[in-house]
Amino acid sequence: MAGSSLRPSQTGPEARWLGRSVERIEDATLLIGRGQYTDDLPVRAGTLHAAVLRSPHAHAEILGINASKAKARPGVMTVLTGREIKEDSDPFLIVLRQPMDQWSLAVDRVRFVGEAVAVVVAEDRYLAEDALDDITVEYRKLPTVVDPLAALEKDAPLVHPAVGSNVPSDRHFNYGNPDAKFAEADRVVSLTIDYPRNSQTPLEGYVVVADYQPGEGVYDVLCNFQGPFTVHPVMSKALRCKGAQLRIRTPAYSGGGFGVKQAIFPYVVLMCIASKRTGRPVKWVEDRFEHLTAAIAAPNRVIRAQAAVKNDGTVTAFRFEQIDDYGAYLRPPMPGPLYRQHGIMTGAYAVKDMSITNKLVMTNKTPSGMVRGFGGPQIYFGLERLMQRVAVELGLDPLDVIRKNLIPAGSFPYLAPAGALIDSGDYQTAIAMAERDGGLAELRARRDRTRAEGRLYGIGFAAVVEPAQSNMGYLSTIVPVEERRKAGPKGGNVAYATVHVDCLGAVSVTADSLPQGQGHATILAQIVAEQLGVDPRDIRCNMERDTQRDPWSIATGNYSSRFSSSTVVAAQLAATKIRTKLAQIASATLNISADQVAFANGKAFAKDNPDNYIRFSRLAGTAHWSPSELPMGMTPGISETASYSAPQLDPPNDADQINTSLTYGFVFDFCGVEIDRDTGVVRIDKYVTLHDAGKLLNPLIAEGQVFGSFAWGVGCALFEEFVYGPDGSFMSGTFADYLCPTACEVPRPVILHMESPSPFNPLGAKGIAEGNCMSTPVCIANAVADALGVKDVKLPLSPARVKELMGLVEKPPRTKQAVSAPSAKETRTGAKAFTGTGSLNITAAADQVWRALLDPAMLARTIPGCHKLDEVGPNDYRADVSLGVGVIKGRFSARVTLSNLDPPHSALLSGSLSGPLGVSAGSGRVRLTPAGEATKIDYDYTVEISGTVAAVGGRMLDSATKVLIGQFFQRLVVEMQGGTGAGSAQRWWRRLLRALGF
Amino acid sequence: MKPKSFSYLRPDNLLETLQALQRFGDDARIMAGGLSLVPMMNFRLLEPRYLIDISGLASLAYIRETPAEVEIGAAETQAKVLAWPNLNKSLPLLTLAMPHIGHFQTRSRGTVCGSIAHSDPSSELPLCLMTLQGSVVLQSADATRVLSAGEFQIGMFATARRPDEMVTAVRFPVRKPGAGYAFFEMAQRQGDFAICAVAATVSGSAVRLGVGGVADKPTVRDWPELADGEIDDALNDFAWDLGGSDDIHANAAYRRDLVRKLGRRVIEEARKCSN
Repeated sequence: MAGSSLRPSQTGPEARWLGRSVERIEDATLLIGRGQYTDDLPVRAGTLHAAVLRSPHAHAEILGINASKAKARPGVMTVLTGREIKEDSDPFLIVLRQPMDQWSLAVDRVRFVGEAVAVVVAEDRYLAEDALDDITVEYRKLPTVVDPLAALEKDAPLVHPAVGSNVPSDRHFNYGNPDAKFAEADRVVSLTIDYPRNSQTPLEGYVVVADYQPGEGVYDVLCNFQGPFTVHPVMSKALRCKGAQLRIRTPAYSGGGFGVKQAIFPYVVLMCIASKRTGRPVKWVEDRFEHLTAAIAAPNRVIRAQAAVKNDGTVTAFRFEQIDDYGAYLRPPMPGPLYRQHGIMTGAYAVKDMSITNKLVMTNKTPSGMVRGFGGPQIYFGLERLMQRVAVELGLDPLDVIRKNLIPAGSFPYLAPAGALIDSGDYQTAIAMAERDGGLAELRARRDRTRAEGRLYGIGFAAVVEPAQSNMGYLSTIVPVEERRKAGPKGGNVAYATVHVDCLGAVSVTADSLPQGQGHATILAQIVAEQLGVDPRDIRCNMERDTQRDPWSIATGNYSSRFSSSTVVAAQLAATKIRTKLAQIASATLNISADQVAFANGKAFAKDNPDNYIRFSRLAGTAHWSPSELPMGMTPGISETASYSAPQLDPPNDADQINTSLTYGFVFDFCGVEIDRDTGVVRIDKYVTLHDAGKLLNPLIAEGQVFGSFAWGVGCALFEEFVYGPDGSFMSGTFADYLCPTACEVPRPVILHMESPSPFNPLGAKGIAEGNCMSTPVCIANAVADALGVKDVKLPLSPARVKELMGLVEKPPRTKQAVSAPSAKETRTGAKAFTGTGSLNITAAADQVWRALLDPAMLARTIPGCHKLDEVGPNDYRADVSLGVGVIKGRFSARVTLSNLDPPHSALLSGSLSGPLGVSAGSGRVRLTPAGEATKIDYDYTVEISGTVAAVGGRMLDSATKVLIGQFFQRLVVEMQGGTGAGSAQRWWRRLLRALGF
Repeated sequence: MKPKSFSYLRPDNLLETLQALQRFGDDARIMAGGLSLVPMMNFRLLEPRYLIDISGLASLAYIRETPAEVEIGAAETQAKVLAWPNLNKSLPLLTLAMPHIGHFQTRSRGTVCGSIAHSDPSSELPLCLMTLQGSVVLQSADATRVLSAGEFQIGMFATARRPDEMVTAVRFPVRKPGAGYAFFEMAQRQGDFAICAVAATVSGSAVRLGVGGVADKPTVRDWPELADGEIDDALNDFAWDLGGSDDIHANAAYRRDLVRKLGRRVIEEARKCSN
């Protein structure tokens, strides 16, 4: 990137580093491929490797697990199941007092596809995975609930029956008098949005190396946890050990976190138990399939939003009902995304009256967790879509409606009704700047031009307040005031940094931010360099963290953009302490007072006489070698730790107001999109994003953060979604189905900045890394809504979905052929059961066909790939089959049942399959109709498929199901007609079957 | 995501390769680039006991042009073919289609024959081979036979290859004088599996359209004459015949609509390029 330079501008005797585009000191290591990710780090000799067996069912009782064959395999040390985990650990603590126990392996019941059921510990990962295939789990399938609205219904299957409902928390908040405002409103604008499940997937997934040390009863764990202290008590309680007996070390390089790596903790506990049981270190590396299936996702959310408005576009009140889907378990710090932004639910608007209803819903999906933006993408999708609707319904310009309702300039710090104390800003100036420098007028002209040509073009806007640095007490807003009083107040956010200077003057820094790739080391070096007058390239920042050696703060870690307003301040304070100390030492040598000492260019010198100096290295040496020479009363050594917690982060008050964050930046985006009428493809024509993140510590890094979050925003808008079938089967298990945008799909946005320094931290900095995760999805959605003139816009806006919004009407074919239009109803999650129909003729009488259908010997020959068929009851069979399409084949055990028999007319054929590649269940009606000498067979089917094949082979399943079911009936024809009268079609089928390996 | 244990063979020449295939038959798989095969093995969707790596066989890494055909050997990478100076002159359809195959990184390992042998219903190269009416050379230790593209690919991942045979080469007919060629693809991202890919050739009044990603294999339709007013109905019929399947990214109706819309675009484009 242009304009970056390590050379500071010399505006005075002091070199200035802060606020400059210093190139990242991390990059050389990364660019030459020498970054050591957790999987790259050496482990102790004798380390074992774990592989996890996962549930193919979304909801089932575990009737039994047989691991004896797996345990007997060479190289396998042990197999652990829920029983061992229950013996060795307690359920994880959760935020709510609700009976929703969760262990690191499923106990008695599985509640989502991918839930860990057993773990094999072996000499290497290959052997461990081989052994997974030898574990048999007997499941009894239970009804599933996948959709959050369905989960609210009275007769919905219960994910946690002991809770008595799927809604373990339902809170209502009222600020001001929204009901009165709604009653007197000129108009009420309503919108329901349905935000999908997604996640910003890190390059490296979870990695845990656990080493139990029996001598002291210490679990020594290396893992890429991005906030090891936050749920440290959850882990140590689960392991029934003291906090100090659980040591967690995190590496310097992480391969990305995005919040996702907070949810590693169940695996930390699992591997600790595995290490304790085997007496050896155990390493587990999450693979991509496991990550997409079972790590976490941002909660999908339904928001019913309402605005009370005046005809001039003034919004007088909001109502939000949020139904937030946490999947199968509530893992701490969940339900963070529902409360993390609570104080700022009014966004950039000066609306004083608001009601919020927060319903937390459990479903049979992967547990939700922290993902960049942390609830913000959902909230702003609701809020900014609503503001666009206000404009549309009132016939006003959307930008005018935004502007009309903004918090007035000059009213900062501004107390929002739900408790956010917005530190600084000037939203009107920011928008004017974006409009001018981003070329909004030209964009509007372009829209008019393209529309005049009959093309589909739309402009979208989004105004977002970007919070940074969590108030660690925000989650206590979820419990009623009385409970909070009992538990005691929670707030604050304690940050630590330490600066060391060695005897030759080399400076090193450690800090509590656990960077996940953002360039924190560079910024820390800039801050310390600024104070000590040394070159940031000479400062070594060690970003590893160790819960046994480093200062303990619950807030330690990397989330909620806390770095720039907390860790940075601690580093500044620590560096200032060093500077003060060295200035005192230097003052004796230079024979001046300490306040006259300046630091620059590796020297300490007299401010008014730079020739009177001492080298920084010499100064440091004095402090180390001659402690007796130090000024009276000075503590020896040059190593200073500072901590910081901003005073503005108060606990929630009795009116449920909470200042959820310390700083609040502002983001204003607008974009133009064009939609291809033929394909439904949304092309981002222009994207402008303006940020006011207070004082920028390093503009180059800020730009990288904006670009990164914008890229994910584009992903959320157009590509990314975790899709589940109606049975809870997971359908997005690879990057061929979970579509992250690549460099080819992400346009370069116009990035603009203004700086309104935060008065609440000494450097004036705010967060900048999450804004576009919140603004970009809704900005693009607003543009699409504008282009198509539609109200309900669901992300991701895939071409097929956009085409549906445009209304796709099919003309029937000219010939009167049977058109097998898909009949299944699409679920809200986008996937559906596989259904189909077929018919064929057989030259045999109906009762002959009927007898054949009921004949086990015939079934054994007609079921594709059947090796063995046992009768387990009347018309009830168990079979071993090899099934597949083309070269892909899997071994399954099958169950086939014929019921509802109406001889010789119809029967219900039901079946199920289970095997290492997945499970399926289906049924269909078979009807026989005499047609002269022959019989016509008609069949229909509905099949649900779950497990690996569903997650990785989604695009094949519909056709594969059709082919396999067709095969069954074709084989019946072939078998019954034998060698007689076999037509060419039959020979073709025989050839196909041979080719398929049957 | 680790494969089941297998034996890795790296034969020195074609004869050894074919002998290994004769010996191990269905238990063996040929690997050239491994771009589809290896992930499938990692998911244990395929569990070959013998993996025969032909990527080092220089004798199979070739492009040979005769006046009628371009023959591409089994070890020739897509990147090499794309960089072949005669490509646009002799096989303009491939010039248009091949940039849609993955990314340049994957094309540097992926082979033309491997893609055709794999027979993914959404892949570009099987579609091109089918549309151009090319052929596939299958060799076993005992015999060599040549199948037309239509005879070779019989379904989703299903081909007429016998267990002791390998695809040693594929043959694309060279551009016909005066013919026009065009290719469009709808995929959500660069390099994704096509939701619908269309390839057209126009020669005089004859129109030929190949469609991938909609049925369980690339499917071709010929129209000896196709009047302008008739295109939409013809494409609509073809779309319904192809049927299309549903997945999480697109339903059958959307796929059929792409056949209509992209079909028209690609035929018009091919006509423009013909003379």
